[in-house]
Amino acid sequence: MNDLGFPVLSLMLAVPMAAAIVCLFVSANTARWLALTATLIDLALGIVLWMNYDIGGAQWQFVEKAALFDRFSWALGIDGIALMLIMLSVFLMPICIGASWEAIQTRVGEYMAAFLLMEVLMIGVFAAQDIFLFYIFFEAGLIPMYLIIGIWGGANRIYASYKFFLYTLLGSVLMLIAMFWMVNEAGTSDIPTLMAYDFPLEAQSWLWLAFFASFAVKMPMWPVHTWLPDAHVQAPTAGSVILAGVLLKMGGYGFIRFSLPMFPDASVDYMWLVFALSMVAVVYTSLIALVQSDMKKLIAYSSVAHMAIVTVGLFAFNRQGLEGALVVMLSHGLVSGALFLCVGVIYDRLHTREIDRYGGLSINMPRYALLFLLFTMASIGLPGTSGFVGEFLSLLGIYEVSSWVAIVSTTGIILGAGYMLYLYRRVAYGVIKSDDVAAMPDLNKREIALLLPIAIVVLWMGVYPESFMAPMRNDVGALEARLAAVKPVGDAQVTPGTAPVLTPAAHAEEGHH
Amino acid sequence: MAITLIVFLPLLAAIVAGLGNRIIGNVPAKLVTTAALFAACALSWPIFIGFLNGSTTEYVVPVLSWLRSGDLQFDWALRVDTLTAIMLVVVTSVSALVHLYSWGYMDEDPDQPRFFAYLSLFTFAMLMLVTADNLVQMFFGWEGVGLASYLLIGFWFRKPTANAAAIKAFVVNRVGDLGFMMGIFGTFLVFGTVSIPAILEASPAMAGSTIGFLGLRADTMTVLCLLLFIGAMGKSAQLGLHTWLPDAMEGPTPVSALIHAATMVTAGVFMVCRLSPMFETSPVALTVVTIVGAATCFFAATIGTTQWDIKRVIAYSTCSQLGYMFFAAGVGAYGAAMFHLFTHAFFKALLFLGAGSVIHAMHHEQDMRYYGGLRKHIPLTFWAMLAGTLAITGVGVYHLGLGFAGFWSKDAILEAAWASGSQAGNTAFWLGTVSALFTSFYSWRLMFLTFWGKPRWIQSEHIQHSVHKTPEKAGADTTGGYHPHESPLAMLLPLGLLGIGAVIAGQVFHDAFLDQAGFWNGSIAYNAGLMHAMHEVPMLVKYAASIVMVIGLLVAWLFYIRNTALPGKVAGALGPVYRFVLNKWYFDELYNHIFVKPSFALGRFFWKVGDEGTINRFGPDGAAVLVASGSRMAVKLQSGFLYSYALVMLLGLVAALTWLMVR
Repeated sequence: MNDLGFPVLSLMLAVPMAAAIVCLFVSANTARWLALTATLIDLALGIVLWMNYDIGGAQWQFVEKAALFDRFSWALGIDGIALMLIMLSVFLMPICIGASWEAIQTRVGEYMAAFLLMEVLMIGVFAAQDIFLFYIFFEAGLIPMYLIIGIWGGANRIYASYKFFLYTLLGSVLMLIAMFWMVNEAGTSDIPTLMAYDFPLEAQSWLWLAFFASFAVKMPMWPVHTWLPDAHVQAPTAGSVILAGVLLKMGGYGFIRFSLPMFPDASVDYMWLVFALSMVAVVYTSLIALVQSDMKKLIAYSSVAHMAIVTVGLFAFNRQGLEGALVVMLSHGLVSGALFLCVGVIYDRLHTREIDRYGGLSINMPRYALLFLLFTMASIGLPGTSGFVGEFLSLLGIYEVSSWVAIVSTTGIILGAGYMLYLYRRVAYGVIKSDDVAAMPDLNKREIALLLPIAIVVLWMGVYPESFMAPMRNDVGALEARLAAVKPVGDAQVTPGTAPVLTPAAHAEEGHH
Repeated sequence: MAITLIVFLPLLAAIVAGLGNRIIGNVPAKLVTTAALFAACALSWPIFIGFLNGSTTEYVVPVLSWLRSGDLQFDWALRVDTLTAIMLVVVTSVSALVHLYSWGYMDEDPDQPRFFAYLSLFTFAMLMLVTADNLVQMFFGWEGVGLASYLLIGFWFRKPTANAAAIKAFVVNRVGDLGFMMGIFGTFLVFGTVSIPAILEASPAMAGSTIGFLGLRADTMTVLCLLLFIGAMGKSAQLGLHTWLPDAMEGPTPVSALIHAATMVTAGVFMVCRLSPMFETSPVALTVVTIVGAATCFFAATIGTTQWDIKRVIAYSTCSQLGYMFFAAGVGAYGAAMFHLFTHAFFKALLFLGAGSVIHAMHHEQDMRYYGGLRKHIPLTFWAMLAGTLAITGVGVYHLGLGFAGFWSKDAILEAAWASGSQAGNTAFWLGTVSALFTSFYSWRLMFLTFWGKPRWIQSEHIQHSVHKTPEKAGADTTGGYHPHESPLAMLLPLGLLGIGAVIAGQVFHDAFLDQAGFWNGSIAYNAGLMHAMHEVPMLVKYAASIVMVIGLLVAWLFYIRNTALPGKVAGALGPVYRFVLNKWYFDELYNHIFVKPSFALGRFFWKVGDEGTINRFGPDGAAVLVASGSRMAVKLQSGFLYSYALVMLLGLVAALTWLMVR
């Protein structure tokens, strides 16, 4: 089965699943502790997974397979990319439970069950090796998130959950049809086999579009992004963390797992569609973020801009672009999650997300101001933080394909600095305007315990990203090899020439030393 | 290794002071940072002297691997060569003295540990920048100093103007960084590496090749150098990207001295010198560097003549002096550029710290119109400022071989510009000479307004606040009874040491910087021919700077001592020209109208008209209307039967799947 001698992936699914069921029947406090324990066990299992992952070994590790019926089988297994995304999920989950500890007071058992179910489905998406199993996890992930927004969300939660649902479901219908066609054509539902299968060129085009419909919504890409700001605004803090931290990564994961390796030719054909939408997204949503007065909306819009860097990196078809996109996914998962937690911290105190109600928090909440500053800088992509590594690699990768796309996408670093520093200034700097703000206490131990681990990983990934990139290296290499045949020629090709003999007076007298 | 300590001691100190001050207390926090910097400084000078007497050669100390992505590989490493050694002594010396000075200047501030932590953090980032062995680590330092600059400009974060200035500094620098990043991308694409020595070695072979960029085909090295130079323009506040520097004066004065005069703003000059073998392969890029430098030099000097805020005068002066350094690099005189960077660090830090001492004495008043007659009240500050002024205006006599620091470095730049013989060099020479006249004028104007004449203190609101009097009540006594006090020893000691530097730095080091190829040892593209030609320029060229210096001094004397009504009349006579210069060539207004306001307007437009008015209206909201009119499901949805809906969804999904599977 695998080196560990037990089905570790199934166990990682079973633990939160069992806990979720129990949570429905126990008291609020028991549910909290149970959820925390279950997510911590999964985190521990995740660490075991990472420790035992053989870098440079087989592409698919910890493989489990049990035939269910017909072509449908319980097939799990991970490569390095899935490993890192699972790590991201299991790392954020206990933090989400901790963030909900005091904020959620109604129907706690159900809430914890929804989150635990969410964890099951997230791990399932990244671990599934059967295309239908993947689909079930991928689409069912909607349900707990839909409930989290719809039941524990803000005032306008019904509208937001409806919008969230409508967008994501429409996209997935097309994907499901495409999947059936593919399984029929290739005669297998095994994802690794499908990744190496050469689909006929004429079919690739519509298959690619069908998958794109689903992944573009999940990403989200412009113009199908408008569900995200509403969903974030209405979702409880932990819901936003999972939404931004992990759910948005499923689109990118889909591109890496399906669109690029399965339809390489179509991916090149539609490359410019992706570039165009991404370039619009960077400029358009960054500018919108600049004028937001609601903190969560601002960060939500910034997420769309950051995800556009992921898509340009992926469709650069080279190693730096692909690895950069993956690091942006991991980094954004941590940083935007942390930013939503930062919003949650002050929302819990003042019950408003209006930026203008705050100000001068550096005075009475210095610890908070420092951590918020760190995450702001990571979001801006300051070198030394995780944000820089991914952004830098992605943009470098895309430069090789098109200097135009690179320069437009890189304007994101200017606009990003603009809206984030403007936000930080209005929240943390200036004077304290009202008594209720002045009365806000600094971070308590629980909140520090939530934010500090993320801060450490953000710096770790910025200073020594090798820990995170090494497991994914061979898988990116395999994808790069798969794409090598269709790799587009960039616009920046160097043509050799001879140096013009141009010697001003003084230069001519003597050569350089 | 000493270099590891030099670089990481300040970081360690910043962490201890920044995070641990609640535990260890305020004074220990200040002590830790200051001690770390003096230690770093003490370790830096032997390295510099080693290069000076030729007993040390370049070396690289690896620290940690950083990034591996296919062919793109780079590490954290500390590179030490002559160029780095110069920057090491500049950065650590000025930083150590500024730390010491801040004990006095920031004495009453409640947030001192935070201030000292930021200063040390800045020093760490700057040291990472100057020891970088690859472009990405340079960029790390580049952005790191940007962060520290942002934090320190906005140190007094309760002030809206300080916050605005901090954001402006960061964002404008980011515009430059866009160029820097694109430059790194392009360099990697062309050379397959970001290692600086490897790039410099491969550059000559790339000369004359072409590359595609934004749909055009252009000379490879020109594209790369100009992209990188945009980064340098941002950091070094060159024309077009200079607008943040004057506003940065919102930060405490020690910050202005350290970051916005002596070190960070010279990073662009350092970068061009570090990459000089690369720039040498593109005559076009060098011409652009020359022209931008000369234009900035002139433009900033004109503004310096009209400003009233003592710190803004010095800020524009810095901007102008950076222009000199750039056009020196542009004509190929990298040694002269670095020499001016070196001397400027001492005398400009001195001027800023001196200004800080004046401001300290004048109860935070910064407007020179309310100074006057301070010579006798704060004599030590006066003497220090005088040394700085003599240095910046370039006082010296060529035939005696004697001069203050700026005399040696500025004259070398003007001579090199002339000797280069190119058209751009010629233009730079004339603009540089005219700017030297302005430099002399605004520097002496500052001195005369501050230290000479009658006290005009009672006009100042700060002074009124201090003495509890209005000008009417004070009557004939224009001092208002206010007594300026000389600054404490912690502030005077750095002034004294920097004063010594301003007096002798040129005299002692000009031979090594300008005439010794062996001193540079390949760390810059040393053009021996040009350095030789510099000494052969006509006598008038050699004396040009001295002549205009005297003219500037005389005009300033005439305006501000002899006939104090004259400046107003001249300003009136010049009318629009004066207003144009006084309003800083209207750059802020222009940028506000073409960048800032449209960005917000576009953001609002995209939000309200794009997202809400179009995408939502015809997308999900439209669908909702359709669904609601046709189906009871939507009604159920709206009424909140979420559980049943979710269950139906899940069951439907599974049923559909099962049916399709077993069909």
